[in-house]
Amino acid sequence: MMVGRKSKLRRILTVDLPMLAILAFTLGPYLWMLITSLTQESRLFTDGPSLVGATLENYVRLFRTVGFLENLMHSFIIAGGTVVVGLTLSVTAAYSFSRFSFRGKRVLLLQFLVINMFPIVLLILPLFVLMRKVGILDTHIGLIIANSTIAIPFSVWMMTSYINGIPKSIDEAAMTDGCSRLGALWRVILPLCTPGIVATGIYIFITAWNEYLYALTLGGRNVRPITVAIQTLIGEYQVEWGLLTAGGIVGALPATILFLIVQRRLISGLTQGAVKG
Amino acid sequence: MTDTPFSVTAAGAPPKGGRASLARRVLPYAMLSPAVLVTLAIVFLPMAQAAWMSLHDYLLWKPSGFAFVGLKNFAAALSDEVFWISLKNTAIWIGLTVPAQMLLGLVTALLLNQKFPWRPVARALIIIPWALPSVVIALMWVWIYDANYGVLNEFLLRMDILKSSIPWLADPDTALYAIILTLTWQGFPFFAVMILAGLQSIPRSYYEAASIDGASAWRQFWHITLPGISGVLVTAVLLRTIWVANSIDVIFVMTGGGPGYATYTLPLYAFVKSRTNLDFGYGSALAVMFTIMLLGFVILYLKRAGKAVN
Repeated sequence: MMVGRKSKLRRILTVDLPMLAILAFTLGPYLWMLITSLTQESRLFTDGPSLVGATLENYVRLFRTVGFLENLMHSFIIAGGTVVVGLTLSVTAAYSFSRFSFRGKRVLLLQFLVINMFPIVLLILPLFVLMRKVGILDTHIGLIIANSTIAIPFSVWMMTSYINGIPKSIDEAAMTDGCSRLGALWRVILPLCTPGIVATGIYIFITAWNEYLYALTLGGRNVRPITVAIQTLIGEYQVEWGLLTAGGIVGALPATILFLIVQRRLISGLTQGAVKG
Repeated sequence: MTDTPFSVTAAGAPPKGGRASLARRVLPYAMLSPAVLVTLAIVFLPMAQAAWMSLHDYLLWKPSGFAFVGLKNFAAALSDEVFWISLKNTAIWIGLTVPAQMLLGLVTALLLNQKFPWRPVARALIIIPWALPSVVIALMWVWIYDANYGVLNEFLLRMDILKSSIPWLADPDTALYAIILTLTWQGFPFFAVMILAGLQSIPRSYYEAASIDGASAWRQFWHITLPGISGVLVTAVLLRTIWVANSIDVIFVMTGGGPGYATYTLPLYAFVKSRTNLDFGYGSALAVMFTIMLLGFVILYLKRAGKAVN
């Protein structure tokens, strides 16, 4: 009994308390933003943010006067479009990487990894020039294409690792039963890697939703996604922190919720390669 | 396409019949081509164009001007004071942020690897910063650092650590470090989950054997844990260095590079130069130089990842 109690106390001191401290550091800023957004603007500078007398006033103002709903729509269209482009292009590529060995496979696979490493500034300028020539600057299509520069390589990697996890003997069985290669991919492998496709799609969605530099440079006037809208609020309403933080909470919500739903699967997918390497 | 069943392992016995063998050789490339062609068009072509632009005088507000000037933009950068300030800031920025993220991530991972009742909750909550848009992160921390109403000043004043408020982001001496703290906050969960995955791949029996031999906790950490996660650590540090080096959105929103040039980093300088001065030639040259400097890290990372590919 005594030993048990002592070790429990020890656990609280060495594990629970430090963990709580780290969590406070992790969540503190976010909670502070939440509390600020629920405080009446007029009281913010006299009493500071507090939950006493919490109000949704800032949120109402955000949607009534600033037109945040439209920005949310833009973000949904762009992030959704990027998911569609990223997934359709990457699934067959990933299958090919996972199931065949062919000349140049290593180089091709590595080039998808290299793309992730290059600074976005290097791409922004030429994309701006190209899109201006083609006339798709400040359109949904333009931003979907820009976000695809990040989404395609990422999703090729994720999907390859998922399909690698499905035994080759399953393709073999399907083909013995008379399926062609593509038939086996379509009827057997795709259904089996649905969880992987969903996780990859959600991660692309989050990344595209959170993207800012492309959105600012290649869009921003007609097509103004949520990230640009929030940043614009900082300039236009210099001191209205209640409104600003409400915008931050709303803008962060979809990505945060999706992330919490799929975090377990995402993390195992993301860390697999690293642990092996 | 064809009803001929292919042999499953691509390295299997050579199939009979020319048609099937041709299809078998072509199929992998056919399945890859959409993704490869699109990345060629939207990534590699623009990259080549950036390199090409960097050799020209190209000011966007001068419609006709696209004169070839060779390496002039690069030479100009080397004698540009702001280039050197940005380079120094980039070095400080990476040199402090990545180790800070790693240490905090390591501590978090070690804690999460212990058994306690609310571990699943802690594990899910710890990664929230990862999911937030960088604009929101920047906004949140600007509010925390606010000189008049910010919670950081208030907290430090109440604790008697400060005598008077500090305008963290407006003071050239503190601005860069304030942003480094923000980035540390944003990035440490990544290290935590990576290291945790590494910790869980170490067999428990190692620790059992060590404690039977009477090894102290510290010795176990030094001789079992650290070697066990060294691979993950190196990979994560390389990857994070590349990401931190590239990330400019948080700084751009928080300070825009100011006050003065106190928070300019090299990619930010390239971005600001092109965006506000519309000097695409010089901006591209800066971006190209920065990419070349980063290339060393990229190659190191690829060498490690290449091993995982095979």
